Amino acid sequence: MNDLSTSSQITYRAVLVEPGVVRRIRGLSDKSLAWLFITPTIVLLLAINIFPLVWTIYLSFTNYRANRPNAPTLWLGTDWYQSILTDPDIWAAMQVTAHFVIWTVVIETVLGFGLAFLIDKKFRGHGVWTTIILLPMMLSPAVVGNFWTFLYQPQIGLFNYLVAFVTGRSASSFQMLGDVTLSPWAIVIVDAWMWTPYVMLICLAGLRSIPDYIYEAAEVDRASNWRQFWSITLPMALPFIMLAVLFRGIENFKMFDMVNLLTGGGPGSTTEVASITLKRAAFESWRTGYSSAFAIILFVTVFGLANIYVKALNRVKSR
Amino acid sequence: MTLDGNSSMPRSGFTDRILRRGPLEAIATMIIAAGVVMLMQPFFLMLYSWSFATTLFGTVMFTLVSKVRE
Repeated sequence: MNDLSTSSQITYRAVLVEPGVVRRIRGLSDKSLAWLFITPTIVLLLAINIFPLVWTIYLSFTNYRANRPNAPTLWLGTDWYQSILTDPDIWAAMQVTAHFVIWTVVIETVLGFGLAFLIDKKFRGHGVWTTIILLPMMLSPAVVGNFWTFLYQPQIGLFNYLVAFVTGRSASSFQMLGDVTLSPWAIVIVDAWMWTPYVMLICLAGLRSIPDYIYEAAEVDRASNWRQFWSITLPMALPFIMLAVLFRGIENFKMFDMVNLLTGGGPGSTTEVASITLKRAAFESWRTGYSSAFAIILFVTVFGLANIYVKALNRVKSR
Repeated sequence: MTLDGNSSMPRSGFTDRILRRGPLEAIATMIIAAGVVMLMQPFFLMLYSWSFATTLFGTVMFTLVSKVRE
């Protein structure tokens, strides 16, 4: 009784201290409270995402250079866009990017789906194998870039010794990262090694979502394993495969860190993917306006692909 | 008076069938994909030059048609 009266007094005093504030908070609707909670996030998002984007769009129409911030800024209209979209060097960088994107996506999808298909058959120790297979994707791209640089060393590299063992060529007779023909494939191999497990995970989710009764019905109809694969497994796992293809396509279109660590765009410009060209224009030539226009072109492409990705994701979710 | 049993059902015209989110999104998706292919193809510089405009048009169209009724 005594405790109750004390707590009542405290409440009474709290109400007495700031009656206006309490009444105001009590008077908030659910919608207002929701806005109150999400406002800090929206402000943060505007500050670190939307503002830089709008600022980059503005800079892409000017001759601004970040190393001369006090120089007068001139409005150039769409000059940088026209310059980029008629530049054969940038076009070549896009083709290098295309080579990288297409081959990594094809290799990762084929290997990833194959591995998922094997892992889905529950054999002894499949849990351990799954963990071992997933290890590369848990590593940082910086770590992967560094240790593959050592693996590709012509004198001491394990990769060269392995190729020498299989083909009979001398290990030091070829350079994966220094050769014009081999270096585009060197970066494809590293990306495939690192990200095939990720594609495998997505495909495995697709395979596990196929109900067993469909296979049982197919067996009752005496469908062969081959027929079951083409008529049940592949069509039903296809939305998941599409998801993996789109995700890896978008990620590899933006690829920078690993390629920069492995080759830095060389030899010459044979592995100079779009993001490395962008970095060179922005932070080596200090053409900020030009690089902003280039960044917007890449952004629109990635945004367009992301729209398709979200559509594919919704289709998978609706299953 | 008509003997047609389906006369009370609403008739869907050509525009009703086309101006829905599904087909419009599919068209926008194809335009985006065409833009990306044009950006990365190694054959014609002219296609590369128009790739950005195509992708931008597809992306804006996709954003707009995603608001259209189902």
